[in-house]
Amino acid sequence: MLKGRKGQPFYRDFWFWVKILIFVVFLLFLVYPFYTLVVNSFFSTKAEGVTLYNFQRFCQKKYYYQALGNSLKISLIPTLLSILIGVPMAYLMTRFNIAGKIFWHVLIILSLMCPPFLGAYSWIILFGNAGIVTKFLTGLFGFQMPSIYGQGGICAVFTLKLFPYVYLYVSGAMGSIDRSVEECAENLGSGKLRRLLTVTVPVVTPSIAAGALMVFMTALADYGTPGILAGGDFRTLPTLIYNEYLSETGGNANLASAISMIIVVIALLILFLQKAWVARKNYTMSALRPPQITEYHGVKRFWVTLPVALVSLIAFIPQMVVVFCSFVKTNYSNFVFEEGFTLEHYAELGRGLTSQISNTFVYSTIAILFILILGILMSYVIVRRRGKTGGALDMLMMAPYVIPGSVLGLCYIVAFNNLGTGADGTVIKLTGTAAIIIISMIIRKMPYTVRSGSAYLMQMDPSVEEASINLGVSPMKTFLKVTARLMLPGVLSGAIISWVTCINELSTSIMLYTGKTMTITVAAYTNIVRNSVGTGAALASILTVTSGVLLVIVFRASKGKVSFV
Amino acid sequence: MSHAVIIDKAVKTYGDFTAVNGISLTINQGEFFTLLGPSGCGKTTLLRMIAGFNTVDGGEIRFDDQVINNLPAHKRDIGMVFQNYAIFPHLNVADNVAYGLKARHVAKNEIPPRVEEALKMVQIDQLKKRQPNELSGGQQQRVALARAFVIEPGVLLMDEPLSNLDAKLRVQMRTTIKKLQRRLGITTIYVTHDQEEALAISDRIAVMNQGNIMQIGTPEEIYRKPANPFVANFIGVSNFIDCQVRCREGKGALSLPGDYTLEIPMQKAYEGEAILSARPEQLFFDEQGIPGKITLSIFLGDFIQYEVELVNGQVIELNEYTKDVDLIRPDGEQVYISMQPDKVSLYEKESKEVLSC
Repeated sequence: MLKGRKGQPFYRDFWFWVKILIFVVFLLFLVYPFYTLVVNSFFSTKAEGVTLYNFQRFCQKKYYYQALGNSLKISLIPTLLSILIGVPMAYLMTRFNIAGKIFWHVLIILSLMCPPFLGAYSWIILFGNAGIVTKFLTGLFGFQMPSIYGQGGICAVFTLKLFPYVYLYVSGAMGSIDRSVEECAENLGSGKLRRLLTVTVPVVTPSIAAGALMVFMTALADYGTPGILAGGDFRTLPTLIYNEYLSETGGNANLASAISMIIVVIALLILFLQKAWVARKNYTMSALRPPQITEYHGVKRFWVTLPVALVSLIAFIPQMVVVFCSFVKTNYSNFVFEEGFTLEHYAELGRGLTSQISNTFVYSTIAILFILILGILMSYVIVRRRGKTGGALDMLMMAPYVIPGSVLGLCYIVAFNNLGTGADGTVIKLTGTAAIIIISMIIRKMPYTVRSGSAYLMQMDPSVEEASINLGVSPMKTFLKVTARLMLPGVLSGAIISWVTCINELSTSIMLYTGKTMTITVAAYTNIVRNSVGTGAALASILTVTSGVLLVIVFRASKGKVSFV
Repeated sequence: MSHAVIIDKAVKTYGDFTAVNGISLTINQGEFFTLLGPSGCGKTTLLRMIAGFNTVDGGEIRFDDQVINNLPAHKRDIGMVFQNYAIFPHLNVADNVAYGLKARHVAKNEIPPRVEEALKMVQIDQLKKRQPNELSGGQQQRVALARAFVIEPGVLLMDEPLSNLDAKLRVQMRTTIKKLQRRLGITTIYVTHDQEEALAISDRIAVMNQGNIMQIGTPEEIYRKPANPFVANFIGVSNFIDCQVRCREGKGALSLPGDYTLEIPMQKAYEGEAILSARPEQLFFDEQGIPGKITLSIFLGDFIQYEVELVNGQVIELNEYTKDVDLIRPDGEQVYISMQPDKVSLYEKESKEVLSC
């Protein structure tokens, strides 16, 4: 039956143009900029013609290749630690009657959705050189905390921030193992632990791998956390890209392009390795009978709830600390807790930072409108009208994983900095405009919407559309009246997640912003880096609260069924 | 006004695979016509070609005199009932049924009475304000049915509409569908893989296999005179026994296992190898016949099903009605199997063409 959906001349008109539109958008704003970046990386002001100069320089100078090693370390270590935390958490949550289960689940999701640098920042507030906990411990015991700056701190922040990916993927998988599989293992004489290690964990390995991939990619691509926690001369590839781009004049950014290429190649390599590995162990299962939830009471219940509560709370601490501190008075760059609370930082925002706040909401709202329309069309094309181009569309959807935000930012700078000269002799360029930030949001954040929308559509019976057409409503009208209407819940919940991630976007906008187009994240980040901690905290609180409210709305509206990863 | 549907050498291919292989058939105006066959035989593909959801890669499909090959699906004026009902989940029962009327720009004040009448015909008029998720499978099926015929389509298509219902409801619904179709007189094309359902509901049946039509006929013709071993085996159960035929004076003398010979009426002269096809109820125990011994007996209430191993080692099935006999024969009993010459069918071994009358 599915084959029957090939070659249906009657619908070609509308969907043909939709496909053209989608491809044009991605060609213009993803493929073309990336292509110019690739080309750019093979040129240099220090050599003639096509050259490998940039790559040679990268390999020869410790300053550069050390960053590669650092990047790998701060991506791999958190990935492993996330598995160690995420898998047991998923097991406890899906198999025991944890007290306050939904509450902890929401906390974990909330902590995933805030920008990573916020986590870094709040750990500095707590454990930094002048941090609250540090000072307290030093004052009390003369105890010297290990420094939060550098590799260890970055790994810790990433782990706490990103283990939710593993948790979410694995708990999804563990919840859909048919009970009979484990019962069968038990029946064959396996004890509880043996059953867990020989049946349950192997069956969910593809999900562990998927979650781990997300952790690795996010850590590898993140700019803000190492930016804040670098301390001294700890460099990673994304911070290097930013620094090189700033130091290279004329907007050529050849070396930065080369470094970008290296990071994309690593990401691609890891992606293919993961895919190849998972392809061999892909078990599809539909749970007719979901796994049994062990009902504990009293002390036993307390002991299974405790680790879940602790991990969720620790993961959520950054948000609480940031919001709390936004009301605390500051003395230069330190919070002064003795003097009580203040609304001063918010007043400060009102005086000087209103445009940043409105920028964030205006840009993300415009972006989300485009994401909604394009996302709904694209989900439909991917699921129902794959044709020969379906594979290409899937690949475009993977692009945001492989191309880190700062790299996309650089792509745009290289590609759109000079689009020719206007009649009056001025250079036409897209960089520096609000449009370029909005476009980067659309390209990077649309996949959330498309994935949610297409997953929803996949569950929908295609004959509902056919019934409408059959009753005399044209395919295009059917799409508007029936299909789009029915896809809406899936697309909307995805779109809200896209929206939240747009609001919290830092890596691309830090490359693309100008004074006029600065957003909250950029302002918060620069304020924190400049030690204007109070203002930074107030800005970050706005992000956190907005994200939290949006996520709770989507969680309630979808009855917890929405996928956040 | 209902159409006749003429399918003329229709072809559908997917790459190298031919799903519908030049099928021709004519469905008369007002007829209840069934496409019957195992899964993958092309019956649903053909139905979807008529509906306009699959392209026609060769040949023609006509409604009366009008070729519809390239007519968009939404302009074909067809009612269709889908296997999984395809109820619009966001509309209540009445709005589901009204959907097609609105698309046809039926006057606003005419819609409610027509919806009401349609729902009455399928006996769910009391459910018209319900949401689809509040309906049982059988009720959803009735909504789907009402929605398809309320637009008074030229042709009504049904794609395995009963396969998701439980056995009892299936029998009840097929009677409802048949009565409704008689009353409305809409040309109806029905797809199913269930031979009993096809026999019960159809005016005529086309048995399909691998993209081809194996036989077209009334349910009775198809059951009594299967045109080839495929039909004989697909409709009901048949035993196939290899034999030698010599023809004389319009009668074929069959040499069967155990030196048993039988004469049956032939429609053409033939000598050589052939296949004898006999249904379990066409066989009976006799004083003489093909020798064999009973290997298994199953008591099924109104009949006893025997498995008999013939002298040549072949195992066949034979039914004996309990109203005719008192005893169940024990396993191992030596028996002779005979049959009524005018009821069984004979096919050429190679071409599978029918030889018996």
